Amino acid sequence: MMMLSERRPILLANARIVDPSRDLDFPGDLLIADGAIREAKKGIGAAGVPEGTEVIDCRGKLVAPGLVDMRAFIGEPGAASRETFASASQAAAAGGVTTIICQPDTSPAIDDPATVDFVLRRARDTAIVHVHPMAALTKGLQGAEMTEIGLLKAAGAVAFTDGEKSVTNAQVMRRALTYAGDFDALIVHHTEDPDLIGDGVMNEGEFAARLGLLGIPKAAETVMLERDIRLVALSGGRYHAASVSCAESLEVLARAKQAGLKVTASASINHITLNENDIGPYRTFLKVAPPLRAEDDRQRLVEALAEGLLDVIMSDHNPQDVETKRLPFAEAAPGAIGLETMLTAGLRLVHSGELDLMKLLRAMSTRPAELLGLPGGSLRSGAAADLIVIDPDLPWVLDPAELKSKCKNTPFDEARMTGRVVRTIVAGRTVYELV
Amino acid sequence: MNMAPKSSFVLSRRHLLGIEGLSRADISGLLDLAEEFVELNRQVEKKRASLRGRTQINLFFEVSTRTQASFELAGKRLGADVMNMSASSSSMRKGETLIDTAITLNAMHPDILVVRHHASGAVELLASKLDCSVINAGDGSHEHPTQALLDGLTIRRNKGGLDGLLVAICGDILHSRVARSNIMLLNTMGARVRVVAPSTLLPPGIERFGVEVARDMREGLAGADIVMMLRLQRERMNGSYVPSVSEYFHYWGLDEKKLAYAKPNALVMHPGPMNRGVEIDSIVADGAQSLIREQVEMGVAVRMAVLEALSRNLPNA
Repeated sequence: MMMLSERRPILLANARIVDPSRDLDFPGDLLIADGAIREAKKGIGAAGVPEGTEVIDCRGKLVAPGLVDMRAFIGEPGAASRETFASASQAAAAGGVTTIICQPDTSPAIDDPATVDFVLRRARDTAIVHVHPMAALTKGLQGAEMTEIGLLKAAGAVAFTDGEKSVTNAQVMRRALTYAGDFDALIVHHTEDPDLIGDGVMNEGEFAARLGLLGIPKAAETVMLERDIRLVALSGGRYHAASVSCAESLEVLARAKQAGLKVTASASINHITLNENDIGPYRTFLKVAPPLRAEDDRQRLVEALAEGLLDVIMSDHNPQDVETKRLPFAEAAPGAIGLETMLTAGLRLVHSGELDLMKLLRAMSTRPAELLGLPGGSLRSGAAADLIVIDPDLPWVLDPAELKSKCKNTPFDEARMTGRVVRTIVAGRTVYELV
Repeated sequence: MNMAPKSSFVLSRRHLLGIEGLSRADISGLLDLAEEFVELNRQVEKKRASLRGRTQINLFFEVSTRTQASFELAGKRLGADVMNMSASSSSMRKGETLIDTAITLNAMHPDILVVRHHASGAVELLASKLDCSVINAGDGSHEHPTQALLDGLTIRRNKGGLDGLLVAICGDILHSRVARSNIMLLNTMGARVRVVAPSTLLPPGIERFGVEVARDMREGLAGADIVMMLRLQRERMNGSYVPSVSEYFHYWGLDEKKLAYAKPNALVMHPGPMNRGVEIDSIVADGAQSLIREQVEMGVAVRMAVLEALSRNLPNA
């Protein structure tokens, strides 16, 4: 990891401390030393800290665990022009993400222990935040033969997924779930039936019809999710739906959870803050997979977050070049960047009163850390000092030119935002500071 | 010619289709009789006349070296006329149905038919259409009774008995007829059985077979007196049931490190043919704790015992 500042003790003073891992929200100070959180309480004050401590006044600001982004595509290996660990981690730090979970749909795919090792070393040498890879669930992401789940997990893969591809062969999925269960490995699955997607490019319905675009039915998602839940019941593995987008999927998820199955789910920041109408005049930066759904679906996703039914919000960070985006809508590649904007976009829901802050932060930090068995997501004494300082009321306009990601395909370009990360600390060092 | 065996054990049934249904007395009787043949097989003069005049046909629909050879040798040593038929050299290849094959063979008046078939239940189907005694030499993933008997004999000779022993059966339980026959025989004889395999290679419902189930070798081999390894077929190695040979060997292959989880005097068995470096390391397979060669020797004796015990029940015996 790059040394951006000396690792001397830091006191974050006079902050509002929000720790979703313990449901705590109180005014106080937080002391960091030796890469760990020493303690967080009221009135540590400048008197109670070691000599040489950097004291930062956080009046009017929030201190929260750094975000753990469960789904981000980084271009290494094979697509460094889209994103590198270095550029992604700069974007992450600016967005308050202290741990990136990178996806295996690279070139070559992250499907053997040597590639996992490459990713970990490369990230260690070039990234300023933590990076952990998910490994491919099937060899070459072909959906046919399971990968070396045991050896890959031992090498450092935190979960198994075919990225944006769905495993259509139910037998392959059943055996993978069964086998992964022996290693307590988490399977993360993109639930979109490619046959039902067909040539569809956006949510099926009136709006697609008016735009003259082919639609993707919600059933493309629910059919696959429903199938997976049956297979989980059969095999007993740990399963996470990578990106749910509609109310019907939440019904399936609720049933699975009621049945006591080890099933959890994410939604992307795009799906909880935007809907299909935002596509407007064929804006390709809002073409994502699964597609943005109706406003009712978006509202249900937010409610599900509040209820705790939906576990995780992830960025679904997917850098695309202008050559893949500046095209007619149907021909443009899906995907939007999100590392740098997921928190600020999520704060919209807090400011509008749709979701409380604690629940937003839990879904972006504590929950993903728990599911992946990673440190982080907590401000307990002794926890890793991965945390962020947020100015919750700072108004700003998102200028794509200022984004640190190599690609600028953000659905929030020129958007008015309220609230922003002003400092990001990883392993006790400040890696980002808003100037 | 040698003397007749001292044991007068008679297997009071026409066929040996499986271990299922055999009593403790049946199994002990067969093993006692086999002990006598072990001694006989070590003599220069190995011939007996108890099957003189009898015709034994070995009908193998699936290739086999050791089982077929040992049945052939067993029959010949007991004085039977032995004929081998295998799928590659017969009309079975030309599309004849199993039942038609049975009817054809029946017309030749064999006394004993030894059958191996790739489909579970095929031997039983044949037996129902034939007048002679039928011995199951392995049917699909169902049963391989003479393998379980020879394993039982090998264990008994080395451990003094089967009662109370902990036997860990490791590997492809799902497709293994050897595992099924052994589980039944060992349970009947009072041994404790534990199966050890990745979940993809365990048949659903296996816990109702009266076995303990373990998914990893450390837990699975703890306290074991016997470690019985099973063959993993090549087509099941690369991504269908397990991801790769290297991962399978890493987690479930028997090497010296994993063998150390078992009792210090634990013994290692394998029904053969072995995949060295897949389910078993050569150092263990050829090591001091290995009984693998002895299993082959016991195979001939056990098959002689089965032929002898069944023949005593044949018409005009």
